[in-house]
Amino acid sequence: MTRHHAADPDKRNEAIEPSSLVAHFGPDEPLALESGESLGPWSIAYQAYGALNADKSNAILLCHALTGDQHVANINPVTGKSGWWETMVGPGKPYDTDRFFILCANVLGSCLGTTGPASLDPKTGKPYALNFPVVTIRDMVNAQARLVDRLGIETLFCVAGGSMGGMQVLEWAASHPERVFSAMPIATAAKHTAQNIAFHEVGRQAVMADPDWHSGRYLEEGTRPEKGLAVARMAAHITYLSEQALHRKFGRNFQDRSAPTFSFDADFEVESYLRYQGRSFVERFDANSYLFLTRAMDYFDLAKDHDGVLARAFKGSKTRFCIVSFTSDWLFPTRDSRAIVHALNAAGASVSFVEIETDKGHDAFLLNVPELFETTRGFIDSAARARGLAVPKRRAEA
Amino acid sequence: MSPLEINADAAFARVDLLNLASMVEPGSRVLDVGCGDGSLLRLLAEKRSVDARGIELSQSGVNLCVAKGLSVIQGDADTDLVYYPDGSFDYVILSQTLQAMRQPRVVLEHMLRIGQRAIVSFPNFGHWKIRLQLLTSGRMPVTKNLSYSWYETPNIHFCTINDFIDLVDEMGAVIEQASALDRFGRPVEMSLPRAMWNLFGEQAVFVLSGK
Repeated sequence: MTRHHAADPDKRNEAIEPSSLVAHFGPDEPLALESGESLGPWSIAYQAYGALNADKSNAILLCHALTGDQHVANINPVTGKSGWWETMVGPGKPYDTDRFFILCANVLGSCLGTTGPASLDPKTGKPYALNFPVVTIRDMVNAQARLVDRLGIETLFCVAGGSMGGMQVLEWAASHPERVFSAMPIATAAKHTAQNIAFHEVGRQAVMADPDWHSGRYLEEGTRPEKGLAVARMAAHITYLSEQALHRKFGRNFQDRSAPTFSFDADFEVESYLRYQGRSFVERFDANSYLFLTRAMDYFDLAKDHDGVLARAFKGSKTRFCIVSFTSDWLFPTRDSRAIVHALNAAGASVSFVEIETDKGHDAFLLNVPELFETTRGFIDSAARARGLAVPKRRAEA
Repeated sequence: MSPLEINADAAFARVDLLNLASMVEPGSRVLDVGCGDGSLLRLLAEKRSVDARGIELSQSGVNLCVAKGLSVIQGDADTDLVYYPDGSFDYVILSQTLQAMRQPRVVLEHMLRIGQRAIVSFPNFGHWKIRLQLLTSGRMPVTKNLSYSWYETPNIHFCTINDFIDLVDEMGAVIEQASALDRFGRPVEMSLPRAMWNLFGEQAVFVLSGK
């Protein structure tokens, strides 16, 4: 027990003692970071579902988004809620645990057991806080690659993920092309736009403006910048939805009242909803992790790492790609996905692209969107056939 | 029902596609523009071992293609061909779609730029039945294969075989192979002189190359 979860002393500190599988890398196995720094010892916490086949050719790596975690398809130990992609992952689901070995690792810099700012710095015995090195999407991917190495998996059958997870998928395909048989970057982009960096900066400033942040040393101080982090989440949450979805869900409805109170109470349903989103987020997420992970997304620019030409990132790639975007996603709009498609075309790579019609905004990739399930099933099954893996008969093939 | 309406025949599509597929060298790289549900691409992949890619406008079409394991991109031929590099395919196919393009000439130019060869099939508006229907009824022809009324048709740029040949000449492209087809997609009587194709071919297929 640490003061990190002072609000609920019985709660396990998932940042330090994750209730999932963990791979530890000792001081002799450091992780070289893009910044030039070296991180070690370090750990990567992960979950695995399904069984790895004899020739280790059926592994799917799922990459989680900014505030996601490794608990894809099991009850989340922090929130007590279902895994974040239970719609997509499970027996008979598009990422079928009956046929595939499905891995998901908590990203570097996060707070669910993989080394991050809430982990203890071996030099001081205190949480790293801002002494944690700034990590990048490529660093996250390299950390995952070390885990995949340790599991003895040479080639991943598929790497898939949405949003920041999609950035990791693109990075995997670009920096480890021979290890990625197929790739599904969903609702993502090859670079973070100025608008997206701007939103992230608002969130970070909200956290840092909270006096309980204590220049990042809140864990030692026994406080938590809950107000700042909640405001950051509220602002970000708006970007995950769409104007149409907000209107459909809330309109101008009042919350438990029939008229305005002429105060700054949460008169409107949408206000009450956002406040709830902010409150529940601070219960499960570390504020410094939020700073580091948003930074990693801001720094992502895959073309920049290849002389400014995105197509060069995929030159000679034999990976089969399936890109998915959503019509109402204004955070990672379809044009960002099209830029990836055009680069893959120019590189002569095998690429499919589907833009799914929905009013659910960026969050659509996490929600019940049947077109996403069908696209994923079709792509995964055809890739499985190409890989020589068994594919069950389905109606779609009739 | 119009006396000129052509009976639908299940074999129509297959014969048409088989005919197109026979024009493609085995093992080549093919881009099918407006690939629909991917029937032609699948046929090419299975029977001719080609590296088959496609562009399709409709989400339902793309989903069907992806489910078949085809590499298909949701996109618009009128705007997206520009992103394909020069000479990146052996063949670029436009099957029964030319008449729906906003800029048919630009699309053809891109096809010749992207592919070594362009294969184009289209309904022939010069066929005698269509001429007769316009002559006798005085209204825009509606047939089983061209079943839309003028105000709702996606087919905004109909042409005849002669019109098409004129455009090819104007573009300075080379006709490598050409045939007029009957309503089932079978080549019309070989004995028929080429000048008569415009009257008796319900469809045409051209294989073009750049200069």
